[in-house]
Amino acid sequence: MSSALFFAQLLNGFQLGVLLFLLSAGLTLVLGIMNCINLTHGSLYMLGAYVAAAVYGQSGSFVLAGLAALLASSAAGLAIERIVLRRLYSRDHLYQVLGTFGLILFINEAVRIVWGSSPLFIGVPDALAGTISLFGLPYPAYRFAIIACGLAVAVGLYLVIHRTRIGMLIRAGASDAEMVSSLGVDIALVNAAVFGAGAALAGLAGLMAAPILSVQPGMGEPILILTLVVIVTGGIGSIRGAFYGALIVGMVDTLGRALLPGLMRELVERSLAQAAGPALASMLIYLLMAAVLAVRPQGLFPVKHA
Amino acid sequence: MPIVQGDASAAPVRTPAARLVAACLVVGLLALVPVYASLGAQPSYLTLFSRIMIYGLAALGLNLVLGWGAMVSFGHSLYIGIGAYAVGMLSAHGIDNGFAHLGVGLAAGLAASLLIGLICLRTGGIAFIMITLAFAQMAYFLAVGLKNYGGDDGLPIAGRSTFGPLDLDNNLVLYYLIFAVLIATLYAFHRLVHSRFGMVLRGSKSNPRRMAALGFATLPYQLAAYVVSALVCVLAGMLLANLTSFASPAYMQWSVSGELIAMIVLGGLGSLLGPVVGAAVWLLLEEVLSSARLGLPWGLDDMLHDHWMLLLGAIVVLVTLGLKQGLYGWLLEPRK
Amino acid sequence: MTLLQVKGLVKRFGGLLATDHLDLEVRAGELHAVIGPNGAGKTTLLNQLSGALMPSAGTILLDGDDITFAPVHRRARAGIARSFQITSVFPEFDVLQNVMFAVQAGEGHSFSFWKPAAQDRSLREPAMAALEEVGMASLARQPVAALAHGARRQLEIAMTLAMRPRLLLLDEPMAGMSHQESLEVVALLQRLKGRYGIVLVEHDMDAVFALADRVSVLVYGRPIACGTPREIQEDPAVRAAYLGDQEELA
Repeated sequence: MSSALFFAQLLNGFQLGVLLFLLSAGLTLVLGIMNCINLTHGSLYMLGAYVAAAVYGQSGSFVLAGLAALLASSAAGLAIERIVLRRLYSRDHLYQVLGTFGLILFINEAVRIVWGSSPLFIGVPDALAGTISLFGLPYPAYRFAIIACGLAVAVGLYLVIHRTRIGMLIRAGASDAEMVSSLGVDIALVNAAVFGAGAALAGLAGLMAAPILSVQPGMGEPILILTLVVIVTGGIGSIRGAFYGALIVGMVDTLGRALLPGLMRELVERSLAQAAGPALASMLIYLLMAAVLAVRPQGLFPVKHA
Repeated sequence: MPIVQGDASAAPVRTPAARLVAACLVVGLLALVPVYASLGAQPSYLTLFSRIMIYGLAALGLNLVLGWGAMVSFGHSLYIGIGAYAVGMLSAHGIDNGFAHLGVGLAAGLAASLLIGLICLRTGGIAFIMITLAFAQMAYFLAVGLKNYGGDDGLPIAGRSTFGPLDLDNNLVLYYLIFAVLIATLYAFHRLVHSRFGMVLRGSKSNPRRMAALGFATLPYQLAAYVVSALVCVLAGMLLANLTSFASPAYMQWSVSGELIAMIVLGGLGSLLGPVVGAAVWLLLEEVLSSARLGLPWGLDDMLHDHWMLLLGAIVVLVTLGLKQGLYGWLLEPRK
Repeated sequence: MTLLQVKGLVKRFGGLLATDHLDLEVRAGELHAVIGPNGAGKTTLLNQLSGALMPSAGTILLDGDDITFAPVHRRARAGIARSFQITSVFPEFDVLQNVMFAVQAGEGHSFSFWKPAAQDRSLREPAMAALEEVGMASLARQPVAALAHGARRQLEIAMTLAMRPRLLLLDEPMAGMSHQESLEVVALLQRLKGRYGIVLVEHDMDAVFALADRVSVLVYGRPIACGTPREIQEDPAVRAAYLGDQEELA
């Protein structure tokens, strides 16, 4: 494989990692604070993508589409939290799984009713349609913009979480919500705020992914499962875990899919490589997750609990 | 003597007689479906109820760990896939022998569930749920990646498994085979949950801290239960492949695992038949909603036929927020 | 004959020193009470003895065997039985089944898949015996959900007995009980004395002084005195730190 191609794949892996981080940051905090499993996060990502696609298609303005997507996903997220999730916090994980599963079915079908089953396509906005030159090698400007935006959000999140008072409350809540609550802090409010922010981030991820992935009903769940892999590998409740986990998963998945089939053709005979190569490549991140958990069941950067 | 206070009827005790009657009713109805199907000339009923029993079997298997053992596995569809592909792959190589299918399926299921169980059971709570989901997704992608066995499109199966003189090409024979497997599993589970092994499982659900303090090492028992439940799902998968003459990655989708959980909760976790009843309710609801002629205005009938999932999703959410012991449990509760 | 030997036990939670170089010795058949003001680390001590917490340093020997870092279930198998500060039983089952769990735990492995456990005489008979021991035999069929608080605590004690232990760790067994109920538990513990080593954490001073062979006084995770009840009563350091100068104990 040429170095230009490898470099491009490396950046693609970084880009996927950044998208995954946007999705996992909010979710891992909410999981840590409320200890409530929430499968609707993928639906918020999907809503962000759909609203962005719809508004961009109607108005031609990517900025407008972006604002609409963020608004829609935050509003939907807060509505879901208020109407359904809040009643599930005290229930068994089983009912949390089932309730949010029902919501996914409902939302996917609602999307199908409004926009139909066929995928929506929106193009990359004109301003970012070209390629840029990184270290002398070409790379799509749009994907680079995703990386830049994602990193900016990551830095912003780091500053909020580690340098502000609200961030300290969030970190404390993700470590021991009961303790924080008994200190007089309205943990429900903290959680709602984190949830809303997480929903906005999910919508942002959907918005950014819309031009490069196909926008269709059910697009949220495969990404959700990837996000869960990131969170479990990185450590539930840990932003640092989400960041490094997302980058690792993004890199391993992208580079694996790009390199493994070729590698297998070198090692084993052709028909076996053709049959097993892509399949194995798609399994890589799950094998990675299994390996991490076998050694460290709490994840790579676990939050320390009391 | 310490004074006993509190309401003795706080925990509803379902009389054994009521449960036995209900069980006989359900079993009897299932046994008689083919009669009704042939009388009413509705052959599709045979297929529908075969499917109901197969998913009921899978839900029954999952309930061993979910309802009786408090392990929320969101990845049991994986094992349905193993069963289906065991039949499919062997068939693709010309091996039709049902016993071979059975052997390979169960062996693969045993290996997979031991490995996955060992990794997953080191965690608990949310992590356990997410990891089981991830492994099922991994298997899904593996199946999609196997281009030689149909990949994304699935693998058509030329003929059904042969078990000596048993001719499974006859839909009636297949129906009663599924019925027999379901009844046998129900009975085996009945013995299991009341045995010493079953008590360890149920105690671990009730109070894991107390179980450890009494001296039980719970991991070996939970692993064994996980493996047993996986193998039951493998059986269900094999029967499904025979019924549909098809093996598909779609059998392993995350949504299938979710549907199994919905069936269990709809039917009621605390009983053996609950999951079977839940499977019936779920699949019948699907069937009714997608073909009912209710005569609603504004084309709502058509909308219902195309988009019944909307209603089903809403029902799941409402049941989760409302009914605590499932339909079957609610129906059996003694009226005060 | 020494049953439990604890040397130099230390437990740190971050910067907090919960157990501060604690030594404790319990002889077979002895009832050794552990008292101290709230926050003294009594439950933390019991947690480290039962295995719910792992110590930061020190050793715990049970009859010469080092169990310092053994997991909870292995210590239970070795003969340590524990009752909890907040009663921990199986609420979905009846009283007899609760005790049968304890009996079953001590009987090798439970990989028996076919025979119904509820009718198993080798489980029922020892369970009934344990219930008779604590005076609860008539409540055998009662669902635990219907039991009064005091009865639940007695059930927990029955379960610990059914484990056929060598060492009992009792964490405030009389908490929340009426005067009458407390007297019954004291009578029960009198009957059990001599047969087991018992570590009793309690606030009820009447009970402690009636039952204990020896008493250790814990303040901020450190034992400040250890001796017979009478010696403890007269120890000025103990009076100052815990009992308070105003209190007169007969």
